[in-house]
Parts: sequence; structure tokens; C-alpha cells
Amino acid sequence: MKSIFWQRMDMVARSLTPFLLTLVLVVLGQVPLHIPGFAEIAPILPLMAVYHWTIYRPDLLPASAVFFAGLLQDALSGMPFGVNAAVFVSVHMAVMSQQVFFQGKSFLIIWLGFSMVAAGAVTMIWALNAMVFAAFSSVEAAFIQYLVTVGMFPLLAVLLVRWQRTILAQV
Amino acid sequence: MKNRKHQSLHGLPQQGSGLVNRFGYIGLLLAAFALMLLGKADVMVMERVRAHVIDGVAPILDVLSRPMASFDRVVEEATALGQLREENAQIKIENQRLLQWQSAARKLSSENIQLKSLLNFAPGAEPGFVTGRVIADTGGAFVHSVLVNAGKREGVSKGQAVIAGKGLVGRVHGVGSRSVRVLLITDLNSRIPVVIEATRIRAVLAGDNTERPRLIHLPPGAAVNPGDRIVTSGHGGAFPPGIPVGIILPSADGTIAVKPYVHRDRLEYVRIVDYGLQGILDATSAAEGAGAAR
Repeated sequence: MKSIFWQRMDMVARSLTPFLLTLVLVVLGQVPLHIPGFAEIAPILPLMAVYHWTIYRPDLLPASAVFFAGLLQDALSGMPFGVNAAVFVSVHMAVMSQQVFFQGKSFLIIWLGFSMVAAGAVTMIWALNAMVFAAFSSVEAAFIQYLVTVGMFPLLAVLLVRWQRTILAQV
Repeated sequence: MKNRKHQSLHGLPQQGSGLVNRFGYIGLLLAAFALMLLGKADVMVMERVRAHVIDGVAPILDVLSRPMASFDRVVEEATALGQLREENAQIKIENQRLLQWQSAARKLSSENIQLKSLLNFAPGAEPGFVTGRVIADTGGAFVHSVLVNAGKREGVSKGQAVIAGKGLVGRVHGVGSRSVRVLLITDLNSRIPVVIEATRIRAVLAGDNTERPRLIHLPPGAAVNPGDRIVTSGHGGAFPPGIPVGIILPSADGTIAVKPYVHRDRLEYVRIVDYGLQGILDATSAAEGAGAAR
């Protein structure tokens, strides 16, 4: 009896990790690295997690969880509340509509998909900020941030895939 | 069976009917846009929520930012070691120049005291300050702000000037009980009244989310020279006059760009200075003007 309870607790804990990892990436993305010129173009880490988990385990990272992660990103980054929430939910929606397509595809295709999704996401962040602040942010910085985000994706994807195969194998 | 369990655990169904999914998405997107509108309408509430959230995460960021800072210091020490010889020569030259300045400053200072006594000059109050560590560098390309681990508990309040080493960093924008958000002078929403030190021409330093904020609202026909120092003017009661901000860069296209003295990447410890001024906005005008000032 007791062991079943703990087994269930273990499963619940494991199934929460995609969401918690996404939150961790939101926070990690804010840590100052003191690399010259890096702060302006730092990759949008949670975007990668949202993309990855939506493809492979949308059951563990539903749209509502993505929305919440977006709100935390808004609060910490200083962007208007709702901007990243809207962007993350849109990413979730876009990926879910193509979820069948992504199943079992090679990493290159997944990466290519991310480059398109991230392009849409960064454009949307730029546009929403411009709308709320009534001023245009530097397009160049946004573009470089996009490139860095796409470039960093494989590094994080390796970790997320490993996580998925070990921690979430039974979940 | 497995799927159903997750569905009940996590709200939106995974592969349920498309209709339910679509409604879920539309609802969330509407909620996001409603928040954006609400943020425009009632800035105070949203900023208070933001301050609470940041306060909650601040201890985590405080811990996370420590190893990065110490790693950074190790790298810096190592590179400095390699350049000791050159640096030494440079410092010797600089020291000579500074000694000249010192004698000049001593002379001016005594002259100043004499003149002040002749004029019965009443000196302003000495500013108090709080030193804090930068625990987060937030917003990426879209918002230039940093979080500092000092807050209401330490007596920090909104609108105070934040300086580091050589010059102005920005101003306190949101205050939590143990953390503050500092809007950097390079941010899109930053507007600082400044003056060109040599010519006393007034202008406004406007950030545009690049590393080079621009001077705007110069009087027509004003002459600006690359290399001129920019300091705060003290207008608008935001900051006291005379805090160094940056130097004017040679311009290619009509805009006048400024190179700030303080660089976002180098920020580790900052001073939040209380000059006893009211800050750029009082509570009521903060809500009205916040559309522009966020």
C-alpha cells in the first residue's frame, strides 16, 4: 500500500519536471554572465524548453503551464505582463498543430523547425513590445538574439533529450 | 489510461477534441492581451506584482549569480597578470597626470572654500547611499534592466539614481522589499535630462535598446563635438546635477550617439544614491506618465 503511494508520488514528481525545468530556465536566463556584449543578445532559454516539451511531451507541459512560465519571464525580464505569456502560448499552439509532423523526425528537422518557430517568437516579442511601449526597439539586437537562441538550441536539446530518456522514461 | 491520468493532472487535454484545445488557446491568449492592457491602464498594480515576484526569486538569483561573479573575477585576474608590465607603465604616466590634477584640485578647493565663505553659501545635504550587488541582467535585447539585491528594507525608493564606478547606471524603477529593478540609461524607455559639460547645452539622453543612447531635444543649431563629456543636468528633479554619464561619439548620420561610462556587462556592485530628491515622478504622476516611463 505504502509503496504504491510512493510510486505514485514519484511519478507525479517526475511528470512535473518538464514544467519545473522550464521555470528554472526562465530564472537561469536572467543570471548575469559578465561577458561583454552578451546581455543584449542572451538566448531565450525557456523558448527552447517550451518547443522541446511541446513536441515530445505536451501532456507534461500543457498550454496553461506555458502561459505561467511566460508570466514569470515577463515579471523577471521587465517586459510588459502578457508579452512572453502570449508568445509562449502561441509557440505551443503552432508546434501542437504540427505535432504529428515532428514525431520521429531527425534532429536537423527539429532544429530547422525551431529556427522557424523562434523567428516567429522573436518577431512577436519585438512587435508586442513596440505596441505596448509605443517605441521601436533595435531590430539588429533582436536579430542577433534570435541567431544566438537558434545556435544554442542543440546544446540544450541534448540535455532535454537525455532528461526525457532517463527521468521521464517510465512516466 | 496513462494519457487520461496526465490529462486530469495537468489541465488541458493532450489529444482531446480540437475544439476544446482551440478554446483553451484563445482563452490564454485573451488573458495575455488583457494583462497587457491592464498593465497600460494600471501601472502601479502591475509593478507591485512584478516587485513581489522578483522579491520571491531574488534569493535564488542571488545565489546563482555568485559563482558567475567569482568565475569572472578569476578570468579577470589571469588576464590582468599577463598585462602587468604595460599596465604599470600606463599607471605611472596616469599617476603623474593625476598628481598635477591633485595640485590643481587642492588650489581650487581652497579657493572654493574662501569664495563660499564670502558668499555665505549653504551647502546641500550629503547624499546617503546603499550598495547592492547585481543579481540579474534581464530583458535581453528588449529591456535593458538589472536586478539589485537591495530594497525597501535598505531604504531604497523609486526614482533614485544608481551609479557605479565612473558614472550613471540608471534609475530605480521598481522596488521590492529586498530587491530593486534598475532601468539602465540604454533602455528604450529611459529619458535622462543631461547637459554637455563644456558648453552647458541641455539635452535629453534617450535610450534605444542599443549600447549607444542618443541625445535628443538639443536646441537648434547647438554645436556638439565628439569627445565632449555628458553629465546629468538636474532638471526635472530626477537626479542631482553633475553625475558623469558618458562622452559624445563622432556621428555619421545626423543623430548624436553617446558612449556611456558604465557598461552593462561590467556591472557587479552598484551604489543606489539618495540625494533627498523626490525622484522623477511622485506617486500620482507616476501612474499617469507611466505609459511613457513604464
